[in-house]
Amino acid sequence: MDKTVDSLATAVARVEDGMVVMIGGFGGAGAPIELIHALIDRFVATGSPGKLTVVNNNAGNGRIGIAAMIDAGMVAKMVCSFPRSSDPRAFTERYQAGEIALELVPQGTLAERIRAGGAGIPAFYTPSSYGTDLAVGKPVAEFDGRMYVQERWLKADVALIKAELADRQGNLTYRKAARNFSPLMAAAAGFTVVQATRVVEPGSIDAEQVITPGLFVDAIVEVANPQQEEALIRAGVAYP
Amino acid sequence: MSTRLSNAQIAWRAAQDIEDGAYVNLGIGFPEMVARFQPPGRQAIFHTENGILNFGEAPPEGEEDWDLINAGKRAVTLRPGAAFFHHADSFAMVRGGHLDVAILGTYEVAENGDLANWSTGPKGVPAVGGAMDLVHGAKRVAVITDHVTKDGRPKLVQRCSLPLTGVGCVTRVYTSLAVIDIENQRFVLREKLPQLSLDELQAMTGAELVVPDSIGALIAPEI
Repeated sequence: MDKTVDSLATAVARVEDGMVVMIGGFGGAGAPIELIHALIDRFVATGSPGKLTVVNNNAGNGRIGIAAMIDAGMVAKMVCSFPRSSDPRAFTERYQAGEIALELVPQGTLAERIRAGGAGIPAFYTPSSYGTDLAVGKPVAEFDGRMYVQERWLKADVALIKAELADRQGNLTYRKAARNFSPLMAAAAGFTVVQATRVVEPGSIDAEQVITPGLFVDAIVEVANPQQEEALIRAGVAYP
Repeated sequence: MSTRLSNAQIAWRAAQDIEDGAYVNLGIGFPEMVARFQPPGRQAIFHTENGILNFGEAPPEGEEDWDLINAGKRAVTLRPGAAFFHHADSFAMVRGGHLDVAILGTYEVAENGDLANWSTGPKGVPAVGGAMDLVHGAKRVAVITDHVTKDGRPKLVQRCSLPLTGVGCVTRVYTSLAVIDIENQRFVLREKLPQLSLDELQAMTGAELVVPDSIGALIAPEI
């Protein structure tokens, strides 16, 4: 079994108009910049994939990555916890113009909804947001004398994530805090695409060290020396 | 003597209540300052929502690793014994009550323990981050804040007027004038600046202060 593909364009070919796309990363840590930019390249060339729902903790920063997707007009809706950043212009402009929808989710609820989506749990109860504006319209229930809000799973058609090591069967490790949402998204998506800094042979990653088992991974593309979102923003880079 | 504590002095006071080895989450911004004032001989273990336990100071400029950041997206370093984990584990630590202390900033805190610290109303782009999880996350949820707003209105109120972050979640408030516990839906005064009269403090507080027989003097070093 070999899940590697030979190009970024091939890796993101499964993303189609109107899909829900989970994108790993928290701020710049773990953002799969090359996969995102390959998706933008296809949209610029063909007009597709558009009308996407993007799930990420944030809503883009600067003029690269998810912000560049929003600028390109590919994103119809963001599902995120914190649509602000050091340079939130891309999302803010579209949001204030009514051109992009926002589903605001508390960060822990976002993580657990994605986890539940991957784990086959359609709903769960959490104390987070009880009694707040973000719980309006949601079922609530009391357990052991305390009130909880019912939240539903979150699944995606495709996940785009960044790993440090990938073996050809899809077993993954991550680098430092770049792990964040990616292991959850890998499980919650119907098709999980990984950009890995290094692709190795099965057996090269100690089984004790695997963070995401290969079962959750569908396509792998090697991107040696990946770009770092924070470094690009500080350098004032815009994409395309 | 100043008529109010500086932010650094409020952070210092909050830090005095953190025990050695406590697992602590500090909210983004002002609360992060608490980490600088741990008493000698004590070392808390700091948690950040994006998946690190036991992170340390920022690295020198130019040595940042942008895969090693805190929830405020600032570069950090690791202390011996640090661990990485994914976001669901991170918020299991939070919601599961495994943290000892969370210290948060606020716009308003009410005598019933309600907290409003995520939104100042319908203007602009709403953003909540981990605030609504953190308020349910720790055995103790403390707030550090100026006692009044910049234009002099009380931040400690009977009921919050701004959108709530959580209901009945705050257990202690460290302000620029006082240390106040929230017990049985009342503000209970524990310490106040010695030069401040009870009447003056009450006048700057938006709900009735319960004053026990014995209250402490809130004295912080010059920082």
